[in-house]
Amino acid sequence: MNAIIVSTLLGVVMMFCSWITTSAKAQRNIGLVGMLILIVANLAQLKGWWVIDFDTKGMLAFNQIGLFANMTLFILTFLYVWINGEEIEKIGNHTADFYAIFFFILCGVSVLTSFDNLLMLFIGIEILSIPLYILTGSDKKNLLSNEASLKYFLMGSFSTGVLLLGITFIYGATGSFHLSMPVVNPATHMVTEHFLMSAGLILLFASMNFKVSAAPFHFWTPDVYDGAPTVFTSFMATIVKAAGFIAFIKVFETQRMALGFTWYIILSFVIVSTLLIGNITAVFQRSVKRMLAYSSIAQAGFMLFALYGNSIFNTEAILLYIVAYSLATIGLFAVLVKMKDYSFESFNGLAKQHPVLAFLTTLFLFSLAGIPLTAGFFAKYYMLNALLTAGAGLWLLIVAILFAAVSVFYYFRLVQAMYFTPGTPAINELDKKYEFKLWVLAALIILLGVFPSLLFNYLYF
Amino acid sequence: MFLLLFLLIPIFAAIALLFVKKEQAVNLIAIGAGLLTLMGALHIIINKTESFNTSWLPILNSRFILQADGLSKILILLTAISFPAIFIATSKNQTHQKNIFLSLMLLTQAGLMGVFLAGDALLFYFFWELALIPVYFLCSIWGGEKRIAVTFKFFIYTFLGSLFMLIGIILLYSNTTDHSFLIESMKHANLTPGQSATAFALFFIAFAIKMPIFPLHTWQPDAYEQSPTAVTMVLSAVMVKMGLYGIIRWLMPLFPAAFLAHAHFVVLLSVIGILYASFIAIRQDDLKRLIAYSSIAHIGLMSAALFTHNQVGVQGALIQLFSHGINVLGLWIIADVIEQQTGTRSMKALGGIAKQQPTLAILLVGFAFANIALPLTNAFIGEFLMFNSLFQFNPWIAAAAGVSVVLAAIYTLNMVQKVAYGEISEATSLMKAPNKNAQAVLIVLLVIVFVTGVYPQPLFDVTADTLKQLFVK
Repeated sequence: MNAIIVSTLLGVVMMFCSWITTSAKAQRNIGLVGMLILIVANLAQLKGWWVIDFDTKGMLAFNQIGLFANMTLFILTFLYVWINGEEIEKIGNHTADFYAIFFFILCGVSVLTSFDNLLMLFIGIEILSIPLYILTGSDKKNLLSNEASLKYFLMGSFSTGVLLLGITFIYGATGSFHLSMPVVNPATHMVTEHFLMSAGLILLFASMNFKVSAAPFHFWTPDVYDGAPTVFTSFMATIVKAAGFIAFIKVFETQRMALGFTWYIILSFVIVSTLLIGNITAVFQRSVKRMLAYSSIAQAGFMLFALYGNSIFNTEAILLYIVAYSLATIGLFAVLVKMKDYSFESFNGLAKQHPVLAFLTTLFLFSLAGIPLTAGFFAKYYMLNALLTAGAGLWLLIVAILFAAVSVFYYFRLVQAMYFTPGTPAINELDKKYEFKLWVLAALIILLGVFPSLLFNYLYF
Repeated sequence: MFLLLFLLIPIFAAIALLFVKKEQAVNLIAIGAGLLTLMGALHIIINKTESFNTSWLPILNSRFILQADGLSKILILLTAISFPAIFIATSKNQTHQKNIFLSLMLLTQAGLMGVFLAGDALLFYFFWELALIPVYFLCSIWGGEKRIAVTFKFFIYTFLGSLFMLIGIILLYSNTTDHSFLIESMKHANLTPGQSATAFALFFIAFAIKMPIFPLHTWQPDAYEQSPTAVTMVLSAVMVKMGLYGIIRWLMPLFPAAFLAHAHFVVLLSVIGILYASFIAIRQDDLKRLIAYSSIAHIGLMSAALFTHNQVGVQGALIQLFSHGINVLGLWIIADVIEQQTGTRSMKALGGIAKQQPTLAILLVGFAFANIALPLTNAFIGEFLMFNSLFQFNPWIAAAAGVSVVLAAIYTLNMVQKVAYGEISEATSLMKAPNKNAQAVLIVLLVIVFVTGVYPQPLFDVTADTLKQLFVK
């Protein structure tokens, strides 16, 4: 509850921040301090130091995993803002508004990590999505950005409609919005109102797939990611997507029982098609930004594996995956915003001119590809391990690694451009401070790549 | 604690090299680090060593374990000899950004040492990949004309293979009773025969790509040809041994039933590979490609001998792991000297080196004899034992593989004849002063060839404990 209330208040504070100061830098610093306050408030609840608590009538339920997920996502947001702060200022005239939007999104995130009721799921997703439509269209004079925003808005509202329809069906079948109610009748082992329940769940599943950009509901992703200002794409592809996954898992942890074996068939279909479409299409991209959009679809395919079982392994795996994927993706986008254009060619010869930047980019790419000594390796390892423990067929693991090998293909294209192709990179000025910030990301990636347990030590106490 | 030095020395030297620019200092650091590890390797060959064991990932129950038995020791020794030899022999070569080049070479060495020492599956996997990454950059930056595409093929091939192995490791791990990555616990994993066969296949693919075994070999000749010669030496002298090491360390003890069940299949593939590579080698004109194919043939023989699961054959392969490395290293160094001085690798363009540089020609003949496994050379003992086991396994297969000995003699002697004898060609006339460094290294290697050829007992002694573990129940 701490995080929800504090983030809302901070959002309101940021909205009126322009009255206090018009300096973009001051606004950014207020925003960063706000993030720290939010992190501390959430930590206070995690540790039980100070908890705002009142009876929500079972609408929200706070547990360690949810609070921990909050923690990781807030810290990632903090890192994101810390690194990209100056770039955010270049977009639009009212920087403080963006920080208000970030806090509202984080409020949505905290609802999504703690809902215990399908209505709260709906509200959480709306709180998360509406600010995103604004962020996508925030580059007002850019036609692509406007197009992306409108597209995202229309498709997003449609998918929310599907979500509501699904919730309605489930309500019709069970007479309750609660997640924790039993979906299977313990006496007969039968699902009550089987047809309605299944239809509702499948609609819910489709809508959630839309939110995490899994195939075949991914069509908005490349255009929106490409059209949105690059700094905000970074935010959408990491923190927002991660929150979507946590909500996804929360809904289907228990509810999937109602689908029985069909669940595995649908899930496998979605996973395989997501991996296929994401990876294969990414190979043929000419723009690094679009490649990253498809790579984010492909990585979503990997993250969907966490839905296969419902043991602690899956939770660990998805959390580590989210962190590893987000760190690397934030890093790559942070490099990308400094480029003058986003084609692969513009990276040619980067290693000669900016060896440090090229090295860091390579590290981020390695992490996404899952090369040992980076966080990405253990993320993939945990995911595969969870999959095997959940009793998935070996074929699914083999499909996963085949596509992991395909992903090496397009990630390494960038490495090849940087190191082996001569040329002059089209890159803007870089200062040492910016490099230092990227080094911090890289250090975290390597730290988690050698000791992934550092993350989990905080999960169990 | 001592075993940790094999990782730390190369890694620290590699880091130090990043900050040194002067060519002489760069060479000195690399060679010094190489010689230090060599001394370390000799130390563990002679003395008993404690294994190094510390906690690493308690949450996964994976430990940082380094241990050295005979198999590890012999490959550690090979690695420790190869790297300083390569550094010294190629120290005069012009290489741009030499400090980075040598730094990456040393990282490769650390990765290889890790592979041969790791006693924990996850750690093994880590080093397995770690040895690959620097090689990817080495070949792609300093390689030949088609380097980028060729190296990428090589990288994707091996990366895919190691991912298969990763699934195998996870499969084993989830079936161990104490959920651990230790080799010892994995030996007692509760696998159904079906699971065991699957895990065997997953591991085998990774090792087969690395060696490589016949249908999976297509990356190799290209990669050898396009890599800078110093890297080719590492690839063919040491890196291919990773696959054979994997078979002895993981496949044999972990999946005994599946190992025997698939023995015929693998032996057959290996022998096809031997003949195929030998026939292609005969037709080669490029010195580097000839040595590459000859190396595929020799590795094929080793894998065939291992899969006979016969004590004699495995003993032969264990010796040959070392001997093949030394021989092929010698051949590569000679090829490199010739290429550096004449600017060509085409055998047609060469000739008459014996008149121009007699020492080099003598050395070439020496290594050529070792390559065809003539008695008194180190390869003879290994190959004799291996053919012996193949004959016991299946006389027909042994006969087919035996043809390769004749073929080896054809292509090797043909090469010697074209390169060393005949009239001095235009290219050869460019060979002026002999490369003293390379010749010194070659002489040392040739001494090893003949000493271990005449008196191989030390090699038998070193590997005795591995053999005992594999065959005495």
